Amino acid sequence: MPAVSKGDGMRGLAVFISDIRNCKSKEAEIKRINKELANIRSKFKGDKALDGYSKKKYVCKLLFIFLLGHDIDFGHMEAVNLLSSNKYTEKQIGYLFISVLVNSNSDLIRLINNGIKNDLNSRNPTFMNLALHCIANVGSREMAEAFASDIPRILVAGDTMDSVKQSAALCLLRLNRTSPDLVPMGEWTARVVHLLNDQHLGVVTAATSLITTLAQKSPDDFKTSVALSVARLSRIVTSASIDLQDYTYYFVAAPWLSVKLLRLLQCYPPPEDASLRSRLTECLETILNKAQEPPKSKKVQHSNAKNAVLFEAISLIIHHDSEPTLLVRACNQLGQFLQHRETNLRYLALESMCMLASSEFSHEAVKTHMETVINALKTERDVSVRQRAVDLLYAMCDRSNAKQIVAEMLTYLENADYSIREEIVLKVAILAEKYAVDYTWYVDTILNLIRIAGDYVSEEVWYRVIQIVINRDDVQGYAAKTVFEALQAPACHENLVKVGGYILGEFGNLIAGDSRSSPLVQFNLLHSKFHLCSVPTRALLLSAYIKFINLFPEVKITIQDVLRSDSQLRNADVELQQRAVEYLRLSCIASTDILATVLEEMPPFPERESSILAKLKKKKGRGNLPVIDDTRRNVNGNVEHAEKTEAPNQVSTPSFTDLLNLNSAPGPGGNLLVDVFSDNAALSSTDVCEENFSRFVCKNNGVIFENQLLQIGLKSEYRQNLGRMYVFYGNKTSTQFLSFTSSLSVLDSFSPQLNMHVKTVDPVIEGGAQVQQILNMECVSDFTEAPVLKVQFRYGGMLQNLAVKLPVMLNKFFQPTEMTSQDFFQRWKQLGAPEQEVQKIFKAKLPMDTEVTKAKIIGFGVALLDRVDPNPENFVGAGVIHTKSIQVGCLLRLEPNAQAQMYRLTLRTSRESVSRRLCDLLSEQF
Amino acid sequence: MMQFMLLFSRQGKLRLQKWYVPLSDKEKKKITRELVQTVLARKPKMCSFLEWRDLKVVYKRYASLYFCCAVENQDNELITLEIIHRYVELLDKYFGSVCELDIIFNFEKAYFILDEFLLGGEAQETSKKNVLKAIEQADLLQENVDFQTRLFAGVMVPGLASESSGLFQN
Repeated sequence: MPAVSKGDGMRGLAVFISDIRNCKSKEAEIKRINKELANIRSKFKGDKALDGYSKKKYVCKLLFIFLLGHDIDFGHMEAVNLLSSNKYTEKQIGYLFISVLVNSNSDLIRLINNGIKNDLNSRNPTFMNLALHCIANVGSREMAEAFASDIPRILVAGDTMDSVKQSAALCLLRLNRTSPDLVPMGEWTARVVHLLNDQHLGVVTAATSLITTLAQKSPDDFKTSVALSVARLSRIVTSASIDLQDYTYYFVAAPWLSVKLLRLLQCYPPPEDASLRSRLTECLETILNKAQEPPKSKKVQHSNAKNAVLFEAISLIIHHDSEPTLLVRACNQLGQFLQHRETNLRYLALESMCMLASSEFSHEAVKTHMETVINALKTERDVSVRQRAVDLLYAMCDRSNAKQIVAEMLTYLENADYSIREEIVLKVAILAEKYAVDYTWYVDTILNLIRIAGDYVSEEVWYRVIQIVINRDDVQGYAAKTVFEALQAPACHENLVKVGGYILGEFGNLIAGDSRSSPLVQFNLLHSKFHLCSVPTRALLLSAYIKFINLFPEVKITIQDVLRSDSQLRNADVELQQRAVEYLRLSCIASTDILATVLEEMPPFPERESSILAKLKKKKGRGNLPVIDDTRRNVNGNVEHAEKTEAPNQVSTPSFTDLLNLNSAPGPGGNLLVDVFSDNAALSSTDVCEENFSRFVCKNNGVIFENQLLQIGLKSEYRQNLGRMYVFYGNKTSTQFLSFTSSLSVLDSFSPQLNMHVKTVDPVIEGGAQVQQILNMECVSDFTEAPVLKVQFRYGGMLQNLAVKLPVMLNKFFQPTEMTSQDFFQRWKQLGAPEQEVQKIFKAKLPMDTEVTKAKIIGFGVALLDRVDPNPENFVGAGVIHTKSIQVGCLLRLEPNAQAQMYRLTLRTSRESVSRRLCDLLSEQF
Repeated sequence: MMQFMLLFSRQGKLRLQKWYVPLSDKEKKKITRELVQTVLARKPKMCSFLEWRDLKVVYKRYASLYFCCAVENQDNELITLEIIHRYVELLDKYFGSVCELDIIFNFEKAYFILDEFLLGGEAQETSKKNVLKAIEQADLLQENVDFQTRLFAGVMVPGLASESSGLFQN
């Protein structure tokens, strides 16, 4: 029988739940549910008015049915009715139903908001809490619109109960996350910071989360929280645990609050104030010391809570990355955990140490634990722990230990779980290349990779080994000999055949002197694999054969016979047939000289970013939760296909210089390798190009980006708070760009302030062609960050990635305003409050030319007002910034001083953030 | 910030779900299915954390029930583990030696307790006394208070834990 609990039992509900549980089959369950739904529907529709209890019971049943996974399409109205009940539990069930089922059912949202409003104004703390919980649970935009201004008031009001303050703080946090534009900062912000001093630890706990989120978005506004957090933390860490009463958890003083405070401090650099800094260091040392003390309880909860604080403290130490002693102590502590009997601690220690490995102060200390980590790789029974060990080995690898680490990873690879093999292959390939002193070691390593885990060796990896062998003539002979030997194995992976075919085709002559690897032996060896291979590999082998004809005239006849056979000349595959026909013809008619020219050795590849690394970055960045934040949805939404400009040219001709599509695209930046794992891999993988950004402040059209492959041009137009940008992508090469995509990425804090819709472009851009992409935008409120355009495409088989900061700035939404001198100065005086004015004095970077300055001010978007300023040398302008939510009037004055070659720029607007941003933008222009 | 919390049985039946991020019902179902499968496939001595999509999953088993939370990458795993434990303690204190059946039959209470403890994916009140005070205040507004002695508080082999095993019995 059901266990009836305290409070109010709803017998009908318990009986219904029992019935469902007794159903023998899914069908029986559905039948019982449908019966119940029919019953509830008739009750709701019936003439007799239901009493509150029945309504509550039925709404609760519907909720139960929904939570079982069935759809519910009625009952919302009854739930909303419960909100106005004055019985607590009826109200509570109404709110629960709404929290679980109503996401943004717009018909009801007004009624719901009404109920919430009544409860917020009721001055009854339990009712207020229910209403706040509901807002925090639903967190929709409509609710933010309705309550975002009330909640800060409730939060900082002197007479608000503690429990209500706690709910209000987290409610505000939720609204700030979903609709930051609707939760403007105000005078309440300063008072919120002071909640860190509150006597009630529950209030501090809730407020710290709110402050952390706000501080991440606007660190300057919450700077004072640093000193307060350090003070609070210090009191907790040094207190005898008895002080905190119920906030002590298994003998650990306020672990949740401590973790949150340490987290808040990670929004800031180490404090500059010396005494504050030493107080913080003292706290961190105390936390490290406590880890060495004997446990006060044997319960796992005690050690978990204590170590939670310890790990967060270590995160802060790593974040500051400035105190070598603390970093080394942290490393030693983690070293102890590496051998702890708790799997959880070993896992976390490996994870944290990965971060420590990238600090110059602790890198060496981390390396001392290498043997332990290698041992973990061999003995850990949990794959997720082994994965952490692989990550750490990768992070601690440098020239001194690369050979050993790579060898251990290769050994591990033989038995590694399938799920992580590809990643290990990439890591081994990167380490082998990065730390190779002796390239024979590199070649051996990659061939070993192919032998051990050939299926997981992606194109990028074997392309790379070929690039490197071609670029380094000291290793070519060795590579030829090694692949030749590896190919002797009775069963070898197709990837080895590819590498072998390519390398012998290029450098087979270097080992041909040895009779054991004479040209004919080499050819027979390769050809013995031919029939087992897929079409692309066969195509590659055919190219190797024609190269053999050039290298070794003595095997010409044999190879011609092979090419001439029906299985080649009449192959069903067009590509193979064409290669066979053309190669055969070429070998027959071309003179030795011509053959030698056409089939010359591949020229070295220009150095560029490793394609493997790009692949690993991509792998790391995959798999985001689908649309976690619905305010971000419209950034990349609105998918439309642009019309194709040209039909793609599908005829492929075998090109002799480009046998493998390896032909190179000199990318931006010549770095062979950039270590991505040492910093946060979630950061954008390419540097954002903002070189031309500032040139677009005062103009709308021009070229924003150009390299040897691609040119990106812009044309934009703006009207009030709307704008449209045409982006032109010009392919400067004669080869197609494939898998071309371009999308916008914006910073979290920024997206809701600017809505952007981007239409997709065709994935193919023909050589020499230009395609156009349209971006529509709407300015919702004033903003600082500009969106970033991410472009990705394949050029000759290589993935190209670039990111360009788009010149969408606040001043683009200017409408010029003409006014008289009198009006101007009247308004100028009205905007006289200190936070409305922003002034900058700066040196002229360009020659001071009146006409150019005038053109720039007009280009900036304001009306240039003639004869307004008493000093004719000065420039004044006026305009209105249009955003969806508000319009902001702006006045500006630029005073040049030709003698000193200086300018003074003054901006006055009704919003400080607008004044500041505009001043920053314009002052860079002269 | 916690993104969601799921309670499910060893048979994979979902007993409680709390979402702190807006997702469609379809996505919720997909995530639930995927995670339940992943967690149930793990062996007892494995670590309580795993990387899943771009989140960290922290889970712990109490008798027949799995408590499973997804937190963001920079969040603290151990403190999340103790959030789970504190929640179980709250349930245990409220129901008096709680078992899975209590959560099935009084799911609404389980939600109320959770809302007092966590809000918007963050710890709101970590004091056991204060959370229970808030809940009991609500109950006091009700008619009779029915204390129930648990019939099932007995020693259970963890592997055989059933819905009526006290969560703290293993």
